[in-house]
This record gives sequence, structure tokens and C-alpha cells, in this order.
Amino acid sequence: MSDKVMVKVEHVSMKFNLSSEKFDSFKEYVIKSLKNQVSFEEFWALRDVSFEVMQGDALGLIGLNGSGKSTMLKTIAGVLKPTEGSVHVNGSVAPLIELGAGFDMDLTARENVFLNGALLGHSRREMEAFYDDIVSFSELENFMNVPVKNFSSGMVSRLAFSIATIGVPDILIVDEVLSVGDFRFQEKCERRIQAMADQGTTILFVSHSIAQVKKICDKIAWLESGQLKRFGAASDICKEYEQS
Amino acid sequence: MSAYIQNFIKFQPLLGELIARDIKIKYRRSVLGVLWTLLNPLCMMIVLSVVFSNIFKFDIENFPLYILSGQLIFNFFSDATTSSMSSIVSSASLIKKVYVPKYLFVISHIFSSFINLMASFTALLLVMTATRTELHWMTLLAPVPLLLLVLFSLGVGLVLAAVTVKFRDIMHLYSVFITALMYLTPVIYPMAMLPEWLTGFVMLNPITNIVLMFRNVMLYNTFFGWRSLFVAVVETGIMLMIGFWVFYKNQDNFILNL
Repeated sequence: MSDKVMVKVEHVSMKFNLSSEKFDSFKEYVIKSLKNQVSFEEFWALRDVSFEVMQGDALGLIGLNGSGKSTMLKTIAGVLKPTEGSVHVNGSVAPLIELGAGFDMDLTARENVFLNGALLGHSRREMEAFYDDIVSFSELENFMNVPVKNFSSGMVSRLAFSIATIGVPDILIVDEVLSVGDFRFQEKCERRIQAMADQGTTILFVSHSIAQVKKICDKIAWLESGQLKRFGAASDICKEYEQS
Repeated sequence: MSAYIQNFIKFQPLLGELIARDIKIKYRRSVLGVLWTLLNPLCMMIVLSVVFSNIFKFDIENFPLYILSGQLIFNFFSDATTSSMSSIVSSASLIKKVYVPKYLFVISHIFSSFINLMASFTALLLVMTATRTELHWMTLLAPVPLLLLVLFSLGVGLVLAAVTVKFRDIMHLYSVFITALMYLTPVIYPMAMLPEWLTGFVMLNPITNIVLMFRNVMLYNTFFGWRSLFVAVVETGIMLMIGFWVFYKNQDNFILNL
């Protein structure tokens, strides 16, 4: 594959403030500051993580719950800004982080296609070109004029997946979303991701299913309590991860 | 800077979709649909006209129109700022998961309030024609105070949206504040009625200036004067700068507090 760096993560640290007693009102803030009780507990979700992803790579992020995988993906997607360090992303990003986040439940599926497309930065005209493809991939031909609030969760995620994966993005971010839908649709999603990878899309993949990671990824970043434990070829690290 | 502009152009379709969504959802499942945007203020204005031309009477010529024009301005300000205040908080689920320039949510709320303002303005013109009030050429200048008002509200909305993320109870405080502000604006009373010490306070309120400018061109066929215009432009400019500055400084922390 080519050696163009698509994602460059440099010394990224992410700090969250866990306020010991959560306050979100002005009144409480004033009272607590007068009493001198405003204190924060710091929590570092990521600490000094650096790696690079080349064009065409499929990078899997593995680790236990709370090891910082999702935080890592969110900093790459631009949702979170790292407290320290920097993330450089080269090209368009299609985030598949929690499907259906951008849906407005009162709007119909059809209207949501355009709304969600706009969230990903596509104009109405672009979305019209992809519209038939989205409908047929999600297999929701008969439901496009139904408000999304009447959809089952499987239908919502099918629609969301179809919208998020239109075209060929430079980078695709997949966070735990393949666990939705029936297994036939899961296979369909995997095939689509594979097809994108074949066309040169860089893939960042998070899953707890080590089998899926093995199938899709060729490189792996293993995170443990916010630190990068291992980074390298998939086959070696998978073995090590399974044994640990 | 150019990066910001590029980003704005990329997400411009989103702005359109967000505004369309606001309007669509508001009037979904009603027979008359979007026509309500116009009918609603029109009905309100008819009720107010009837009430104020028969029950309450100040010594003001054409009192119903006096009130309607004041209400038009103040209701927009109150609507636009209140809805943009909660814009970030109510889009929390989205902001946590997808990257979107966050000021778009505030702008989209200001914009949908602006569409309502246009509808109210049309309704006001209809009422004026129905009551056979003369329409003057000066009316063509009405967009000037309205535009300044929209930009001023945007500035206020940006500050409120940013602060509300951190302190949710600002929403309740603000509804008290906006009621107080309404009585500090000459919406239902004439300026001449005020005791002298209070006049200063009422004039300090930026909305007062805009209401007076609007009435001058709509009702009295007089130019609002360069001085008023200058004051309004300066106030709007300062408010916009404060708004964008506060918002920009805080926007990376929104997600930590949502």
C-alpha cells in the first residue's frame, strides 16, 4: 500500500474532570465557591498516545472497557479536543460512532437521510444521488415516509449505517456498531467495509469481538488504562491479547 | 481564518437542514401546515388590537399599532435568545458523537426565529392595511432595525448558549430577566409617561433604541436619525464580538459538561 500518513496521533493525552460532587447550576456553583468546596478529581482517559496510520491500513483498537478506545476514536473524529498533544487527519472522515445519533425521531426516514447527510457534510444534491443506494442497502423501501420514532432499533441502525457509508470516504471510523442488526445484515456491513478497504479507505475499528478484529484489521493498537501497550501487526498482538 | 470559512461552507447544507427541521416539526400534523407561521401572529395581533383599542387606552394615536410594533421587536428578541440558549444543551447527543461546528445550532435557532419575525412583519403590514393606516415610503427602511436586531440577538444567543452548558439554571433566571427587560422596553407604554429617573434606564436598554427606530419608520414616517443608527450599529457590533469570543473560548469544553 502507499505510505501516505492518513492519521497522525502525537502524544495525545485527554483529561476529564470528575467533579467530586457534580454541580451544573449557577446557584450551587456560587454557594460551593463561597464555601470553598469546588474540587475536581482528575481522570486521564488517555496518556501520551502516539501512532500513525498509513493509507489503506485497517487499524483495530483493542482493550478492556475503560481503556480509552472510544475516547481515542472521538479525538480522531474531531468530537473531542485532546488536552495535550495533537491529532492530524488527512482527508474526509466518515464516523460510525453510535448509529442514529443524528436522527430526529419526529422526522420521516427520508427527511432524516438528508439531515444526517448534511451532518456528515454532504449537500442535498449529493444526497439525492446516493438516495436510491441508501434505500436499497438498508432494505427499507416501504418505510421511507414513516417517522423514525416508529422504527425498531434494528431498522434505525440499518438506515444509519447505509447513510454513513455512502461514497468512498478516506477514513472510516467504526465503533462497536457491527453488533447491531441480524447476522445477515452484519455480514452485509462487513462486506461493505471490506469493499471500502479494497478501494483504499483507511479503517479504524473498535470491537470487543476479537474474531471480527482479526477478520478486518491488519494492524492493532492495544490500549490499556489510557496508555498504548502495543502497536503492530494484527496476528502477533491478537495472540498475545487472547492469552492475557 | 480561511480554514474557518471553508468549514462553514462545507457545513452550510446542514444549516439549511436544521432550519427546515425546526419549521417542519413545529407545524407537523396540522392541516394548514406552514401557513400557521403567518396565521399565528396575525390572530395574536387581531386579539391585541381589539383588546387595546377598546379596553386599555393610553393617550397615543393608533394605540394598537403602537403595541403591535413594539411586540414584534420584543417577541423576536425573547424567542430568539430563549431558543438559542438551549440549542447546545438540546443537541447534546449529537455534539457528543459527531463533529459539527457548534455555532451552527445557535445560528439555526436565530434563523428560524427570523422566519417567524418575517411572518409577524407581514402580519403587521396586513393589519396596517386592514385598519387603513397609511403606508409610507419610510417603511422601506424597516429592514435596517430588524437586521440589527437579528445580529444583536445572535450575539446574546451565543453568550447564553455557552453559559447554559455550564450552568443549567441560567434558563430559569433568564425567563425572569426577560420579563423585567420587557417592562424596561417601551412596548405597551409611551416613553413620555416615564418619570425622569427611569427614562435613563429604559434608554440604556439596547432594545429600546431598536423599537424606537422601528416605530419611527413604520408609524411616524420619520427617519430614525443617524445618531440612533450609529448607537445601534455599535451596540450590535460589540454584542456580536462578545458573543463569538465567549462561544469560541468555551466551545471545546462543551462536551465535557454536556
